[in-house]
Amino acid sequence: MYQYDAIDQRLVDERVAQFRDQTRRFLSGALSEDDFRPLRLQNGLYIQRFAPMLRVAIPYGLLSSRQLRALAYIARKWDRGYGHFSTRQNIQYNWPKLEDVPDILAHLASVQMHAIQTSGNCIRNTTTDHLAGIAPDEIVDPLLWCELVRQWSTFHPEFAYLPRKFKIAVSGAAQDRAAIQVHDIGLQALRDEGGAVGFRVLVGGGLGRTPIIGTVIREFLPWPQLLNYLDAILRVYNRYGRRDNKYKARIKILVKELTPAVFREQVDAEWAHLKDGPGTLTGAEVSRIGGRFTRPQYQKLDALSVQCTQALAREPGFARWAGRNVHAHKVPGYAAVTLSLKKTGVPPGDATAEQMDAVAGLADRYSFGELRVSHEQNLILSDVKQSDLFAVWQEAKALGLATPNIGLISNIIACPGGDFCSLANAKSIPVAEAIQRRFDDLDYQHDIGELDLNISGCMNSCGHHHVGHIGILGVDKQGAEFYQVSIGGAQGNASSLGKVIGPSFAQDEVPGVIEKLIETYLARRDGDAERFIDVVRRIGIEPFKEQVYGNAHQKREARERQLATA
Amino acid sequence: MATLIRNAKPANDSWQRLDPAADGGLPAIPAQGDVLVPLKLWQSSSSALLGRSSGRVGVWLAPHEDPALIADSLDALGLIAVHFPQFADGRGYSTARLLRERYGWKGELRAIGDVQRDQLFYLSRVGFDAFELNDGIDTQAALSAFGDFSEAYQSSVERPLPLFRRRGAGAV
Repeated sequence: MYQYDAIDQRLVDERVAQFRDQTRRFLSGALSEDDFRPLRLQNGLYIQRFAPMLRVAIPYGLLSSRQLRALAYIARKWDRGYGHFSTRQNIQYNWPKLEDVPDILAHLASVQMHAIQTSGNCIRNTTTDHLAGIAPDEIVDPLLWCELVRQWSTFHPEFAYLPRKFKIAVSGAAQDRAAIQVHDIGLQALRDEGGAVGFRVLVGGGLGRTPIIGTVIREFLPWPQLLNYLDAILRVYNRYGRRDNKYKARIKILVKELTPAVFREQVDAEWAHLKDGPGTLTGAEVSRIGGRFTRPQYQKLDALSVQCTQALAREPGFARWAGRNVHAHKVPGYAAVTLSLKKTGVPPGDATAEQMDAVAGLADRYSFGELRVSHEQNLILSDVKQSDLFAVWQEAKALGLATPNIGLISNIIACPGGDFCSLANAKSIPVAEAIQRRFDDLDYQHDIGELDLNISGCMNSCGHHHVGHIGILGVDKQGAEFYQVSIGGAQGNASSLGKVIGPSFAQDEVPGVIEKLIETYLARRDGDAERFIDVVRRIGIEPFKEQVYGNAHQKREARERQLATA
Repeated sequence: MATLIRNAKPANDSWQRLDPAADGGLPAIPAQGDVLVPLKLWQSSSSALLGRSSGRVGVWLAPHEDPALIADSLDALGLIAVHFPQFADGRGYSTARLLRERYGWKGELRAIGDVQRDQLFYLSRVGFDAFELNDGIDTQAALSAFGDFSEAYQSSVERPLPLFRRRGAGAV
């Protein structure tokens, strides 16, 4: 965990005081709704369908048991007893009262947390790999760099009123688990031949209305230049990003309109002035920040625990869970454990206050009091002894958090959708639940194998449907809720955007459509090792379309061609 | 009439701001007095403006106007202002930093347009030292906004060394 120093704490406390005063002025009528809106948004507060929604940052996904207990306390005292973990390492509360928000923020500040810049047209919470610092394939631990970016972006005076929101993600591993190709800026930490750290810099990726994979504009940025280079990118964007149309205001549109090569030239021209200036990072600062992270005091253990191996042989349920929800750790004898928030019948990413308290207890007993939040909306115990895995499984099972579905079809990523969000065209949660019910048989799920299914309730794509192997998008068709299905999207190193298979479906048709897609895959796959996404890449989307629509669409297209030529 | 704050204190304003006409036509040049003119008028009539019998000349920039366009004229100017059509249009923050840090403007830099209390802290950090506050804002209360935060992480015009460099020097 990063430990605040006196200044970090003071700034967060001062933010609470500032927002308390702004809220007071709004409630007294001294500040208009229009003038208050950007201020409340920069403190994570939306006005939603039923009530305000408060989005709290979990910077780079790192959470202590004490902080999780505070989140549970907030859920109980000021909300309805639960919270929703989002796809960007945040937690959202759907039912706070506007006048209580300053007190909620004060409570967060007391455990070194905040809701600063979790919304609004500013630099948002920096996200990273949920296995940062513990993954065996890690090249550079991204956590300290994330904290440096957090400090740089917090109350950055020049970039508080950007054309649109701005999201940065950092990966330090061989395998990208932070979706850096679909962020406004993606940073891939690397090492040069001498071992020095640097960053491959991608810009202009993003989902939403115009999904685009980011472009590399610098192959290796030496670490001392990190903040100068970010300043240069943001300044070009702040000055030239479009402000005439909110749907064209993200940096991806600027990069596309200028072309990445020209955008890069502009950034380099700006950087030439900032390079080696006062914003250049120092070794002293990097060590100081590194030293403020507490690190688990690992024991020297055997690589494979005997107890664990025996339990795996004895208990098929445990073995199945271990196969999906337990991840390799760089320290021998340890593992990371995903506690699934994707149990059928529970909205994806939701956790009750009781579950949060219980998970905090698990973290204290089994994981040095630390845990992670993943962008797939699950919780992770990051440092569990292999010899404790069986006990963790039993406890997690009792809490309803041991669904062995990580990487499988029922580990659905979904936004809150039309049940809560005022932007949504359609509901997400009931669709997720209907699919989970359709595929409730775990043996069948395991047979289908690795499959990412993502659902967004609208174009804003909070549920990342573009990068789901199967993506579902809620659309509005003459006032009715319909769902468009795409296939072939992927996150990670080989990121790709899904292709729409055809006309959209009514809500109750969706599980049947997914079933047909799966049947097509199972019939066409070249053995268990070929995943759904691999088959889509190999054979294209036509066979899937045919299975779903019959050949009706071909007939229609042929007729349209005839009419067009007639 | 907007209230002027200069160097964190209420101040009197000697400047008359000229705006283009509704059809985009340039305003007439007053014979005397301090005048704050749109960039276009400065570009078309700088000799006429500077040749007046009395009064200083200032230029105000719209959000899209590049401060590089007046970088060679700074010695002739008595004031530069940056216009915020809405406070959420943040281009002027970059304009201000460039004027201060890149082009070396040392004189008064004024925020005009939709300028409110809750933006004063950031505006002052990027180099504004004068603010024409919107009508109806409690000026005395607004002055407290300069103290909203007692520290800042980043490099800024008012304090070029970022926090991490000042820590290193034992200055925090």
